Amino acid sequence: MSNLILAKRQLAPEVTLLEVEAPRIQRRWKPGMFIIIRPNSNSERIPLTIVDSSAARQSITMVIQAIGKTTKEAVALEPGESLCDLVGPLGEAATMTTGQKVVCMAGGVGVAELLPVAKAFREAGNHVTALCGARSDNYRILNDELIAAVDELKWATDDGSFGFKGNVVQMLLSLAGPGTFAEGHVIGPIPMMKAAAEATRDWGMKLHASLNPVMIDGTGMCGGCRVTVGQQVKFACVDGPEFDAHLVDFDELTRRNRAYREMEQQVQAHQCRIGLDVL
Amino acid sequence: MASGLLDNGAMATPPLKYKPNPKAPRQVLPVLNAQVRASSAEEVAQGFTAEQVSVEAQRCLQCAKPTCVDACPLHLDIKRFIQRLAEGEYQPAHDVISEQSPFPGVCGRVCQHELFCEDACIVGKKWDPVAIGSLERFAADHARLRMQELATSYPKPTGPKVALVGSGPASLIAAYDLVRWNYRVTIFEALHKLGGVLAYGIPNFRLPREILHEEISRLQNMGVEFEVDFIVGKTASLEELFEEGYAAIFVGTGAGLPYLMGIPGENLVGVYTANEFLTRINLMESFKFPDMPTPVRVGAHTVIVGGGNSAMDAARWAKRMGSQTTVLYRRGRAELKARLEEIEHAEEEGIHFEFLAAPVALFGDEAGTVKELECIRMELGEPDESGRRSPVPVKGSEYRIPVDTVVAAIGQAPNPTLQKATPQLITKRGKVVIDDHGETSMARVYAGGDVVRGGSTVILAMKDGRAAAQSIHAAISADLAAAEVKQ
Ligand SMILES: Cc1cc2nc3c(=O)[nH]c(=O)nc-3n(C[C@H](O)[C@H](O)[C@H](O)COP(=O)(O)OP(=O)(O)OC[C@H]3O[C@@H](n4cnc5c(N)ncnc54)[C@H](O)[C@@H]3O)c2cc1C
Ligand SMILES: Cc1cc2nc3c(=O)[nH]c(=O)nc-3n(C[C@H](O)[C@H](O)[C@H](O)COP(=O)(O)OP(=O)(O)OC[C@H]3O[C@@H](n4cnc5c(N)ncnc54)[C@H](O)[C@@H]3O)c2cc1C
Ligand code: SF4
Ligand code: SF4
Ligand code: FES
Repeated sequence: MSNLILAKRQLAPEVTLLEVEAPRIQRRWKPGMFIIIRPNSNSERIPLTIVDSSAARQSITMVIQAIGKTTKEAVALEPGESLCDLVGPLGEAATMTTGQKVVCMAGGVGVAELLPVAKAFREAGNHVTALCGARSDNYRILNDELIAAVDELKWATDDGSFGFKGNVVQMLLSLAGPGTFAEGHVIGPIPMMKAAAEATRDWGMKLHASLNPVMIDGTGMCGGCRVTVGQQVKFACVDGPEFDAHLVDFDELTRRNRAYREMEQQVQAHQCRIGLDVL
Repeated sequence: MASGLLDNGAMATPPLKYKPNPKAPRQVLPVLNAQVRASSAEEVAQGFTAEQVSVEAQRCLQCAKPTCVDACPLHLDIKRFIQRLAEGEYQPAHDVISEQSPFPGVCGRVCQHELFCEDACIVGKKWDPVAIGSLERFAADHARLRMQELATSYPKPTGPKVALVGSGPASLIAAYDLVRWNYRVTIFEALHKLGGVLAYGIPNFRLPREILHEEISRLQNMGVEFEVDFIVGKTASLEELFEEGYAAIFVGTGAGLPYLMGIPGENLVGVYTANEFLTRINLMESFKFPDMPTPVRVGAHTVIVGGGNSAMDAARWAKRMGSQTTVLYRRGRAELKARLEEIEHAEEEGIHFEFLAAPVALFGDEAGTVKELECIRMELGEPDESGRRSPVPVKGSEYRIPVDTVVAAIGQAPNPTLQKATPQLITKRGKVVIDDHGETSMARVYAGGDVVRGGSTVILAMKDGRAAAQSIHAAISADLAAAEVKQ
């Protein structure tokens, strides 16, 4: 059976790692790429970043924050069960450079999505500083993996329970300025990516943002994932998901990602009612 | 040839006598009441009754030179299957169709027969042509009900391996031909469901999904393998497929890349491409929301921009989901490109058509949700390359209409994923270039359907798939013969 779940690990409250058998994707993926899954036969299609892979186990790893119906369905699956659908690898690989000082920034579940990109920057011969954010100490994920992957790792927590008190962009401003880094990568909630873009706009550094618009097919067929980058319309699933952070229209992305908010809540409420009926 | 009814001996009543009567009025396909269908996903066209079939089939003259057969891109033996139908031998009629096509349920519903078989029908010279499409559909539906086909078992194919990319009509018919020539055929499909546009684009109320599934599962019965969630160019490259032992590859990846209107406000919330709108509703079944989890926004006023099949399909879904729906088209009614039947059905369902008008800009509220559409009046000017008079904007005629949902159904270009991963594949304006044998610039890689033609029709995609299957068969047979000579 394909798409078999080999391992599952809870990394933090609401954040779960799944390792899934996927020999073809394991062979072809590159850091920055993603997959689309449907946990069950009547699920939505949702995109998730490829976080890691194992050639020996012919598997890929994803880290899922359970925030809505489909992500909850995904993390409810157990090893030995299979994802109904898994397709990829999708999108383009993250942009790399070599021999530079690079900053990699992430918040929340974005920290997991950052890991393969940060690793790749290091392997390409850059000096990598990772600035990672979490709500508080017990929400920090993949600390050991990050330490092994980068040159310098710093944490910021909203409540100051670990590391810098504040968010990742505040931490960046506290320790860097124009010229500190030649290049950067940011992934996480939209307000954070937008703030990182604003903070570094005049620093003369390149900043790549990995965007997370609503997707359906992930193959460039629907145009639902379109984003505006430097006045141009791009399809994030095939042209991205990574774009020049200084050119992205983050406000438009925020509005488009909110398009289904009420309906998503309706689905969850509906789901609860179905649950009650069964009881 | 003895008719199939002798084989099963089950038919007790003697065949009806065939009496050509072309002057009888062309039978009208019964349709679901327009009020009922305004809020239902049920199939609109209900199919002929047995009585209608008897009348309609006898309108056929059984021509000595049946021009209809040549005009059908699949060369169905129309004359013969109509004769069977007229005689009340429904399953044998289906068997006649099966010699050429396993998809009468699909083609009988969505084929643009007015451009092909029915356009060439001799009866049409004097009266209305024989309703060939609807008769084909009847034969399919009758066989379907009897489920005879699904009980048939076929030998497993053992020949060389052939890969077909995309599960649209082009690949499906190629699979049918190749598996009958004993090839081991695998169809790779990017999405999680099979059928291409038939699955994600054409609505249930035109093509019920059971019909599509049953006709595809017939291929499965015959030994065709299907791999969904597999994007050639991403999950594996063409080169890798060759390394895995496929002797030839057919690219039938369709024209899935939607054109955008390129007007201000296009990224406002509530503005969709037809592909996204239809994919949400057909593929993800958001018409069942919230029982199905994928949402779609259909507000009180919907405007569909365009005049082709996608536009009609999107408009008719919007109407069914309770929206006041307008189709905005820059030319006139005569220039609409959709199937005539769909246009008429859309009109009956109360969809408003605004002809000779084009979108100029979209305006939204503070939350970025679309609220108004600015349009401009058009008038028809000189004929363009396609021979149609091209629309010209009338200066100063701009006006605005309130909208909650806008769907751009203005056409598609070939799906670029595979081409991007295979730069050696020669394309022209996005379309894969093929030679007279359907072969691309890469040896043993063939292509057909919308990826070659741009947006086209189901039946022309099938024609291409069939031609490519023939070329593949010829090429592999020649290879095998050459290898034998060497030994
Ligand atoms: C390229 C990409 C990579 C991603 N990688 C990860 C990852 O590694 N880990 C992770 O936890 N999350 C990731 N996400 C986000 C994840 O896809 C969403 O959290 C998920 O779709 C939410 O679905 P839901 O049904 O659980 O929640 P819902 O209640 O349906 O939605 C919650 C929010 O998620 C977003 N969302 C909803 N549906 C989609 C969709 N089909 N596509 C994209 N976003 C959607 C919307 O902003 C929505 O408001 C990624 C998104 C993208 C585009
Ligand atoms: C809404 C709509 C309604 C229509 N109505 C009609 C009608 O009533 N009558 C009619 O005759 N025509 C109609 N058409 C046109 C007709 O559907 C198409 O011409 C026909 O489907 C083309 O067939 P195809 O096999 O070339 O490709 P498609 O049907 O487009 O199928 C291509 C398939 O390939 C898959 N694919 C793409 N890239 C890859 C890849 N790299 N790897 C794997 N799979 C891939 C796609 O996901 C898709 O499933 C309609 C079109 C639309 C959009
Ligand atoms: S496939 Fe199309 S053209 Fe051929 S007989 Fe059927 S309706 Fe006519
Ligand atoms: S051309 Fe018309 S009348 Fe003649 S055989 Fe064909 S369907 Fe019958
Ligand atoms: S998700 Fe459909 S085009 Fe990107």
